[in-house]
Amino acid sequence: MEQSATGSAIAQHAIALTINGQARQLRVNPWTTLLDLLRENLALTGTKKGCDHGQCGACTVLVDGKRINSCLTLAVMKDGAEVTTIEGLAEGEALHPMQEAFIEHDAFQCGYCTPGQICSAVGLVNEGHAQARHEIRELMSGNICRCGAYTNIVDAVEAVLGQNAGATP
Amino acid sequence: MMRFAYQKPESVAQAAAVLEADPAAQIIAGGTNLVDLMKYDVTRPGTIIDITGLDLKTIAVDETGALQLGALATNAETAYHPEVQAGWPLLASAILAGASPQLRNAATNGGNILQRTRCYYFYDRAEPCNKRRPGSGCGALEGVNRMHAILGESPDCIAVHPSDMAVALAALDAEVSVEGPSGKRRIAFADFHRLPGDRPEADNTMERGEIVTGISVPANPFGPHQTYLKLRDRLSYAFALVSVAAAMRIEEGSIAQLRVALGGVAHKPWRRKEVEAQFVGRPANRDTFTAFAAALLEGATGHGQNDFKLELAPRAIVRALEQACAGTPQDQACKVVL
Repeated sequence: MEQSATGSAIAQHAIALTINGQARQLRVNPWTTLLDLLRENLALTGTKKGCDHGQCGACTVLVDGKRINSCLTLAVMKDGAEVTTIEGLAEGEALHPMQEAFIEHDAFQCGYCTPGQICSAVGLVNEGHAQARHEIRELMSGNICRCGAYTNIVDAVEAVLGQNAGATP
Repeated sequence: MMRFAYQKPESVAQAAAVLEADPAAQIIAGGTNLVDLMKYDVTRPGTIIDITGLDLKTIAVDETGALQLGALATNAETAYHPEVQAGWPLLASAILAGASPQLRNAATNGGNILQRTRCYYFYDRAEPCNKRRPGSGCGALEGVNRMHAILGESPDCIAVHPSDMAVALAALDAEVSVEGPSGKRRIAFADFHRLPGDRPEADNTMERGEIVTGISVPANPFGPHQTYLKLRDRLSYAFALVSVAAAMRIEEGSIAQLRVALGGVAHKPWRRKEVEAQFVGRPANRDTFTAFAAALLEGATGHGQNDFKLELAPRAIVRALEQACAGTPQDQACKVVL
């Protein structure tokens, strides 16, 4: 058993998470972030560690449908939550419309920020606060792309928002 | 991160008791600031007390017309709530001016007003900082201080409070509800945060063991005449260099009521009610706003790299007052100067 800074013994905690539709029973240390749990313990390495300080958005995942920075989230605090990562967006072989749109619009270069961009964009669409391009830009500002694919990322998100608008009578 | 223990109490009283009994314990909710500070080893709690299970998530308008915000309602839930957008657009706008969508989805209202400064010296353990390690000195005073205070600072600390939400709450005369070992009390927003003086390690006036449970914001008569203007190094997702929460009531072209709070310039949102009162009855025009800006900023001093704020702040105040006067909508997504 590990010890705290003040020398007292620290217990692991049992948590239940539904990750990409699959129920998991896990034991975690209090200091394990959701990001490290996904990548190091569950081999879900699609979610990326960029800055590890909530500044770049590469670690964005959906928790109970809402986009958050998994690097600033302690796994122990998410007992009972539903987590969706980039690995959980496709339905079998059929890509999520946002994944299709990123390919269609060439919305990445190196691809490192892309899983976070796509999860963030899915969250943005769910939230329903962006329509125009300037609103997409503002509400995607938590995701940094050092290759500078921003214009095409906005194109991809705009296309999916357009498809959704078209689907509503 | 240092190792720490975890507790999840089921009541505010339980949480307060743990906090009071264990000097190394700290409260966690959204975690967006605390986890970051723990990763930088700036703070080392022996135990974190997870209060996210507590029933403090309300967003509602009470019978007096005041907005009651639970400490654990998220920034996103608050800013996009229809009642908040309709009655307190200044607050909604200020919240949406801060952080990123991901952070606002996690960050809570209580945590927002309790977040620590982003002063580089506070974050860098190799540097002196009286706020992080009392008595070690202030690295920013003669150092890299572009972001730093021009008002209310002390020789021990020139850090600024980073919150946008708090600037709006100051302008709107909010009250903070806290609960602790000696019971419940309400703290006027102007008395919640403090100036650094010779004790910069204390950001606010809460006692050990107290927990923020909610924020109350009275109804206001400002209608569309309220605005939040934030100036920063990039157009979004950056801390303010200078920000202005401005609200006014106009009668026949004259100022009937005036509220202005500034962010990015001091250790707490900067507001002077006595200066606001002096300008009631004056015509609502640029000359008046310019004179007001000079009065509000009286005594401001630069520290080298932040000298530009002495020019930027009055211009921002005039601009925000003109926007508030005109009732210009303040969509934080729109970066066009209208």
